[in-house]
Amino acid sequence: MSGTSLSAGNLGADIGGTFTDVVLEIGGERFSAKVLTTYDAPERAIIEGMRRVCSKAGVTPAAIGRIIHGTTLATNALIERRGARTALITTQGFRDVIEMRTESRFEQYDLNLTLPLPLLPRNRRYTLRERVGANGRTLIPLARADVEALAGEIAQARYESVAVGLIHSYLDPTHERLVRDVLLERMPGLAVSISSEVSPQMREYERFNTVVANAYVKPMMKRYLASLAAKLRDEGADCPIFLMHSGGGIMSLDGAAEFPVRLVESGPAGGAIYAADVAARFGLDRVLSFDMGGTTAKICLIKNQTPKTSRVFEVARSYRFKKGSGMPISIPVIDMVEIGAGGGSLAQVDSMRQIRVGPQSAGSEPGPACYGCGGLRPAVTDADLLLGKIDAAGFAGGSMALDIAASRQAVGAAIGDRLGMDDETAAFGIVEVVDENMANAARVHAVENGEDLSGYTMIAFGGAAPLHAGRLCEKLGIERLLVPPGAGVGSAIGFLRAPFSFEATRSVYMRLQDFDVATVRDLLAELESEATSFVRSCDAQAPLGVQTRVYMRYVGQGWEIPIDVTTVAPAIEAYRGLFEAEYAKLFSRTVQGLDIEITVWAVNASTAKAVAAKAEALGALTPLTTTAQREVFDPALGAPVTAGVFQRAQLAVGRVAAGPCVIVEDETTIVVPAGSSATCRSDGCIEIVRHGSKPAPQAVAAEMAEA
Amino acid sequence: MTTLSTVSLQVMWNRLISIVEEQAQALIRTAFSTSVREAGDLSAGVYNRAGLMLAQAVTGTPGHVNAMADAVAHFIREIGPENIFDGDIYITNDPWMGTGHLHDITVVTPSFHRGAHVGFFACTAHVVDVGGRGFGADANSVYEEGLYIPIMKFADRGKVDQPFIRLVRGNIREPDQVVGDIFALATCNDVGHRRLVGMLEEFALDGLEQIGDFILENSRRATLEAIAALNPGEAQGSLLSDGFATPIELRVRVTIAADEIRVDFAGSSGVDPKGINCPMVYSKAYACYALKCAIAPEIPNNAASLAPFVITAPENTIVNALHPAPVALRHVVGHLIPDTVYDALDKLLPGTVPAEGAGPLCNFQASIRPASDAARLAGARRAEVLMFNCGGSGARPGLDGMNTTAFPSGVMTMPIEATEHAGPIIIWRKELRPDSGGVGRFRGGLGQFMEVGAVDGHIFDISAMFDRVKHAPRGRLGGGDGASTEIRLDDGAAMAGKGRQAVPEGRRVMLSLPGGAGYGPAAGRDRADVLRDLALGYISADAASAAYGITEAEIAAVEVALRRGELPSNG
Repeated sequence: MSGTSLSAGNLGADIGGTFTDVVLEIGGERFSAKVLTTYDAPERAIIEGMRRVCSKAGVTPAAIGRIIHGTTLATNALIERRGARTALITTQGFRDVIEMRTESRFEQYDLNLTLPLPLLPRNRRYTLRERVGANGRTLIPLARADVEALAGEIAQARYESVAVGLIHSYLDPTHERLVRDVLLERMPGLAVSISSEVSPQMREYERFNTVVANAYVKPMMKRYLASLAAKLRDEGADCPIFLMHSGGGIMSLDGAAEFPVRLVESGPAGGAIYAADVAARFGLDRVLSFDMGGTTAKICLIKNQTPKTSRVFEVARSYRFKKGSGMPISIPVIDMVEIGAGGGSLAQVDSMRQIRVGPQSAGSEPGPACYGCGGLRPAVTDADLLLGKIDAAGFAGGSMALDIAASRQAVGAAIGDRLGMDDETAAFGIVEVVDENMANAARVHAVENGEDLSGYTMIAFGGAAPLHAGRLCEKLGIERLLVPPGAGVGSAIGFLRAPFSFEATRSVYMRLQDFDVATVRDLLAELESEATSFVRSCDAQAPLGVQTRVYMRYVGQGWEIPIDVTTVAPAIEAYRGLFEAEYAKLFSRTVQGLDIEITVWAVNASTAKAVAAKAEALGALTPLTTTAQREVFDPALGAPVTAGVFQRAQLAVGRVAAGPCVIVEDETTIVVPAGSSATCRSDGCIEIVRHGSKPAPQAVAAEMAEA
Repeated sequence: MTTLSTVSLQVMWNRLISIVEEQAQALIRTAFSTSVREAGDLSAGVYNRAGLMLAQAVTGTPGHVNAMADAVAHFIREIGPENIFDGDIYITNDPWMGTGHLHDITVVTPSFHRGAHVGFFACTAHVVDVGGRGFGADANSVYEEGLYIPIMKFADRGKVDQPFIRLVRGNIREPDQVVGDIFALATCNDVGHRRLVGMLEEFALDGLEQIGDFILENSRRATLEAIAALNPGEAQGSLLSDGFATPIELRVRVTIAADEIRVDFAGSSGVDPKGINCPMVYSKAYACYALKCAIAPEIPNNAASLAPFVITAPENTIVNALHPAPVALRHVVGHLIPDTVYDALDKLLPGTVPAEGAGPLCNFQASIRPASDAARLAGARRAEVLMFNCGGSGARPGLDGMNTTAFPSGVMTMPIEATEHAGPIIIWRKELRPDSGGVGRFRGGLGQFMEVGAVDGHIFDISAMFDRVKHAPRGRLGGGDGASTEIRLDDGAAMAGKGRQAVPEGRRVMLSLPGGAGYGPAAGRDRADVLRDLALGYISADAASAAYGITEAEIAAVEVALRRGELPSNG
């Protein structure tokens, strides 16, 4: 796609908290490598990974035509407060917006609650006398001399980066631009971010916080990206480099250096794109992607092969992943819920004799008790081991022997002894609680989006997901589960499937009764030109798709619903009709007699999505049997059952393995519950279908015939 | 019926809590009033057939905790068990049987599964208007405060009572929003019901008996264990506050017994002539909330976990006002109850509770209108704008108080950009108030400055709902008091802390919202923390030197560091 020659390879590189994943697709084949992340110089792990995949593929870096990169570096800098020396300039009277937050407590019953500190302390927040009103008119003009005086103070304090956030600047950016111009005249090397460019949306706390976050990580990300580009060139990979952004598209290196806050959570966004690509192969319109690693689980809704997006999310939650305990960032993002539930999540018993799991994690050091590295508290992985879901001898392809006695000891001491349960029941309790936590998060996320999960298909990836996905499907009433190949490096593969895209947004309130066609045309044209010029800076030729959405609600409501108006010309009746149809779909009925308003206008420009090769329909299915068996606990029965053990390679296309069974591969194990069957599809995905009491092969054949 | 394993019961308890969270989310998503959708002034819960609360969503409103727990029993009694049918929806805004004032509407829906009645869902939300004088302190009886809805059927076997809707529409200022909110309340109960049926089917259950008993038994045991771990004893506490025209005093006696904690308000002021009285349900809720925070914060709210907290007050006191006392601003007294209870509790459980904080939310409602007929013709309009704002919280035994953070309420403020879109109002300033936190080893949280005016061509009345004007938050163990509330016009003219007052054209209201009090003597404060407070502008140089003995040389050093963009280095 997009201008590169067909023979050239595409390289995806994802820097995560523990591993840097690199994937090379070339000549119809895929090669991957996992390298430990090198915190002091993150580009080193990418270079190392690139060498490895090139060597596996038998090519030199010169064969790479395009590199797409995603990273948690910006996120980590925000979480760990390792950003630049940064100042905020804001409107007089509003110095403390980022500190006062929503003036509420995110945990109601903790008398010793500690609020997260703002990114910038009060002494680094400066004000100017100026004011724009809610109608966009200037109430107090900004005097250039005031800005010049302030520029002197900024220079004296030797800031590397400045964020400018003024009240109602999303309506009129003139004052913010003047501040930038004066600062740059005085200090040409200064990094300046203005809120009307970084996040032109109403709500001062979110907008100011977003521009501060951008300014805070900008110098560091700029240096890193420049160094990465130079090192890749030195290695011979002299090709364009692009960045995955939080919204699920890719942007240019220069764009990323200017708006690095858009890189936050780009890794998980890649995972969602990966799941969307799998969804496209199977023509699935309603998918729940489930990514479970060592510390957290991420859940995302994918409708019509497009991940659900949102305009605001929270980074760096400081209190048990609790909503409200982090910093709001308002940029276009793939909307997912992240909870503290992973293989390393620790279990304990609380004062109500309830088993609690997470969000504290054993991490990689000391790790779960079974790693034998000094961990004494039981983690989810220990419980999985005791229940037979993981084979102590076959973990990580047999490269790491697990100590089941240590798991038994930890689970017994922390849970079983306290609740008078045997070890197996205690382990069952741990796994049920973590599965229920994830199921609850998925349910709440679905309801927040007006979705009902029955009828959805789950796509599971990440090291721990295949162990838990089957049970999660049972809890959510989901009948069909896909576990794609290469699930361990899913995000990096996802990067290679992402289009070039950019979403331009504006907060402009308009009631339908005041709808002015000319104003709307101008606004949409302006947004379209902003979005397309951004994408054109990445790819000058590829055909572009433009999608226009307006966020609408009844006047007086607080929640908007996005309405796709791409195919209609701006007109009151057309907009109203689309809104009412969507509203009725979500909430059963429309509200009579109320005016409707538009709050946010969004235009997304994007190159075409990579076209996924469709998975072939299944032919005749023949049962696969095995003599290898082990005891695996069945949570639905509440008792152990004898399960067949298969290697993933054994499961050729067209063979079907009846549950209960486990399918073992190097990176993970897929647990297939009783009453379900697994088969391999033409693209390598393992598909698991629930069919209740019907005989397995017939039921599977019937249900899979539609795919 | 199958006997459920302990693991299944644990899962189902989690599920019920998740169900009520979903119920609350559905309400936020479909509600119209800003108090519900922006500030989170709502609650939601699930009950067994007997009306005992099994789970409640954690929302911004501790004031609904106990009130909601009691409400369903009133509905069962008033409707009559024989009149409860599938498809019914019940409603009230009775301050004494709901949640304390007419502005809170409670909706209860019975839940049926396979033809049998299995339980109830209930939810409450603060709506924008209920008619009468409008939201404020000025009424002389509840009759002036708005439309009263007795416990009644909003829908009978699926059929909505249309005359009721016409009656509501005809009596309130914002009929579309309020009727929309009533439907949102009913919708959220439906969402809870659908999830509950899913759970009953998944676990092949006929009803909530087994899981209900499990929840109540474990909660009761955990609460009793928490109480048994305390030293028994009895102590008294009191608090003075502004009242409306005359000060009011809250008095409390807290008794820790082996298996319960009793709180009695005997000796508190009598009923006030104006709308700041508190029905018993609301007083109970905040007394209970204060105790739960201090003693058993991890235990979810349900009938059993609340039962060991026994709250009593003589009738016709300000904390047990009877019909027809005016109660619109019952939150002012209600929000002062935790500080009153903590005055006593500190003597029983030293080192547990914070110093006094700002207490009541610092709310106001602005009624804006065109300044003249010419202005009206030029586009000026009418609007009602409600804002929730917060002072500082009290310092804790080991931590400073929180700046501009609500306690005991947990609702959110509205963004000023959103407020300015809601009506022709301008918030010129909303910023921390230096030196407002009480001094101490641990400093009180800061209050805030606000300046409020109307857009040119408009004038407005402000309905003030402030306390702590004449009675500042008191320090604990030698900590200093927090700064009191101040309210005046920008020309210096004085204004009252409560009641509706006209603001002349072109004038602004200048608010200084209170700070939390300090904990422990100021001499005990770490010097590095004082210098940091000075550098951040939390305290002035004068206060640093007067209260903490910081020298001129130290102050000069901080100023030098500030010009370099630095804070004084710690240690």
